[in-house]
Amino acid sequence: MEETLIIEEPQAATAAEVWDNKVGTNITGSQAVLEALIVEGVDTVFGYPGGAIMPIYDALYDYHDKLKHILVRHEQGGIHAGQGYARSSGRVGVVFATSGPGATNLVTGLADAMIDSTPLVCITGQVFAHLLGTDAFQEVDVINITTPVTKWNCQVTDASEIPNALAKAFFIARTGRPGPVLVDITKNAQLQKFDYEGYKPCNHIRSYRPKPIIRPSYIEAAAKLINEAKKPFVIFGQGVILGEAEKEFKAFIEKGGLPSAWTILGLSALPTDHPLNVGMLGMHGNYGPNVLTNECDVLIAVGMRFDDRVTGRLDKYAKQAKVIHLDIDPAEIDKNVKTTVPVWGDCKETLPMLTALIDKKEHTEWHNQFKALSAKENEIVIHKELNPTEGEITMGEVLNSLNELTHGDAIIVTDVGQHQMVACRYAKFNQSKSNITSGGAGTMGFGLPAAIGAKFGAPERTVVAIIGDGGIQMTIQELGTIMQTGVNVKILILNNRFLGMVRQWQQLFHDKRYSFVDIESPDYVAVAKAYRIEGSSVNERKDLKNALAAMLNHNGSYLLEVMVAKEDNVFPMVPQGRGVSDIVLTKDQV
Amino acid sequence: MIQSQNNIQLTPTDTQAGPVKQEFTITVYTENQVGLLNRIAIIFSRRKINIESLNTSPSEAEGIHRFTIVINEYEDVVRKLCRQIEKQVEVLKTYFNTNDEIVWQELALYKVPTDIIAEKVMVERLLHRHGARAVVIRKDYTIFETTGHREETEGLINALAPYGLIEFVRSARVAIIKASSGFHEKLKEFEAYQPAEDLSENEYLGKREGVFSM
Repeated sequence: MEETLIIEEPQAATAAEVWDNKVGTNITGSQAVLEALIVEGVDTVFGYPGGAIMPIYDALYDYHDKLKHILVRHEQGGIHAGQGYARSSGRVGVVFATSGPGATNLVTGLADAMIDSTPLVCITGQVFAHLLGTDAFQEVDVINITTPVTKWNCQVTDASEIPNALAKAFFIARTGRPGPVLVDITKNAQLQKFDYEGYKPCNHIRSYRPKPIIRPSYIEAAAKLINEAKKPFVIFGQGVILGEAEKEFKAFIEKGGLPSAWTILGLSALPTDHPLNVGMLGMHGNYGPNVLTNECDVLIAVGMRFDDRVTGRLDKYAKQAKVIHLDIDPAEIDKNVKTTVPVWGDCKETLPMLTALIDKKEHTEWHNQFKALSAKENEIVIHKELNPTEGEITMGEVLNSLNELTHGDAIIVTDVGQHQMVACRYAKFNQSKSNITSGGAGTMGFGLPAAIGAKFGAPERTVVAIIGDGGIQMTIQELGTIMQTGVNVKILILNNRFLGMVRQWQQLFHDKRYSFVDIESPDYVAVAKAYRIEGSSVNERKDLKNALAAMLNHNGSYLLEVMVAKEDNVFPMVPQGRGVSDIVLTKDQV
Repeated sequence: MIQSQNNIQLTPTDTQAGPVKQEFTITVYTENQVGLLNRIAIIFSRRKINIESLNTSPSEAEGIHRFTIVINEYEDVVRKLCRQIEKQVEVLKTYFNTNDEIVWQELALYKVPTDIIAEKVMVERLLHRHGARAVVIRKDYTIFETTGHREETEGLINALAPYGLIEFVRSARVAIIKASSGFHEKLKEFEAYQPAEDLSENEYLGKREGVFSM
């Protein structure tokens, strides 16, 4: 077989920008850390101080006019805020934590950022280098703990290595398939003075290929398949957003007349009301996209990774279709679904190449199939979920009312569970980077801190955090961060007095044996008040819209609790272990 | 035939005539970086795949380390594993090969009581027949060395067992890919740019007494 190599011709060397503020002077490792952040264009850092990172915090005292530091209430909150910041801004999130428990509290966020490809640079303090391996106070082997959940990590024991280590960290975090990076800096390196030669951003690492080479022959093969297809179907993920290829993607599907469905991380890359947007994929996705996945003849996957929540049972997934997979990460090709034509590369580059080669088409009849199934779903599920006239408030109608008020312009941050599925199904979006949720990891407690970070990442936009009564209690301490920073986040708690998604499964698959899903809540409005955050609670349909309007119109953060139906289920649903076209619309079909 | 894990056929040959697990030798070229061994090892352990043999040493190219990893798996699994390995930032290149695509050897050392060898001519012949070479000869014991495939080194253990084999140790497999033209050329492609500077190892560990810290 021919020898192939993923290699990208390095671009002409751009003169590395050198921040010359302190060049040629003797500075500490801690100062070097902050100088690096400034050259990298970092404006916000989320963190929590502690013994082993104190020298960096000491240096930060003199940098407070150049770097905004957000003091969180828990390191997990810090890293989720960093994720929210990265996702709303498209920039690298930066997080500080101390050694030992400070660092281990980052692990959940690292795992979350790893699986959701979020660019982060986490800087952790570490005990003095000579104490490594001695079970020193707050010493934890953070490098080895975080290895499986970081794209790259390294430990620095000498101040002079800090500029290079951070340059590599930022380069690795944001390029290729982005991901979290952790740099562990021993306390002696933070304190040590060294001759500073300036910070040179990194743009090449010998062993690292951010992007695979694009092979025109595969693009041609893919275009040929698309042109011959009678029922082509596009499924897209966060790759479109991470690659900032929204425009290119739109041009591609518009030329080919390609119906397109999204994963929950791809949501908002294409406006909700775009005529080619046929909805959400996967377990709680829309009816049409799931059923027709098993009817299309060519399946075009763009920047998505065939997660099991999207594919259902793999041996019943799109077996009839030829599969074209566009991805920047070669390891994703064939990982779960056998690809007919792999299109390696950054979709911002590959999509226009593909668009140029495909024929202009409408595929009207194929679209009508989606419309027919959409009408069926609307009749059986959506209409009554969004427009109930009696009974308890549904989550769907809260989203429906919210859409009417935000017109799809807000950033919606969700936690994990039923409310997340409902929010992703029904929230309207006009622009990209607007849906921030914990997808691959499904981290409860993500919502509130991520919303704080999202607001710092996109201060001009309205940020609404939709959170369940379970998830809010996992990171509720971050209300303290909101109180102290005055960041304007709208917190919408959908309270069904249950751990709803688990309860739904117990109802459907465990004979309604409700095992430890009955969760009590504090008086959220009183809790918010204790944190000097305005709030209210709504129990009745007639008050819902006004309450949502009051929340959005309030000048500052606001917590609104909506008491929703206790035992509502999210439908449609692809029951676990079933194929996507076995999706059911009601609980009687499970 | 070198199998690079990036070879993808345009028309998948899904002739599922019952894939079988077999021995694969994975060759990984990497930067010499602290912690990389763990990064590579957990790719296997995460999937509950046992590593049969693992060797790591400097390669013919300066500063480049070579891992030789042997596992028993399906080809499809091995291909995916190799992609995950190559995805690691400090990994330059990964190959995987079946046993007929490589030349491989393992080294074994055998410690045997010297008096038995001196007394029994049979043993000397036995060692000779297995191509064993004496590395150390002392009054109380002699250490022999052989190299070969697993069956060969294994065969000598069995043969020596009745004569009081004291101790035995075998190295990991080292393998040369028959079709490979070495890594020098490949490395030039990677070195189109000077790499970012590497980080050094911890130089403070040996100096504990001399450092004051709180």
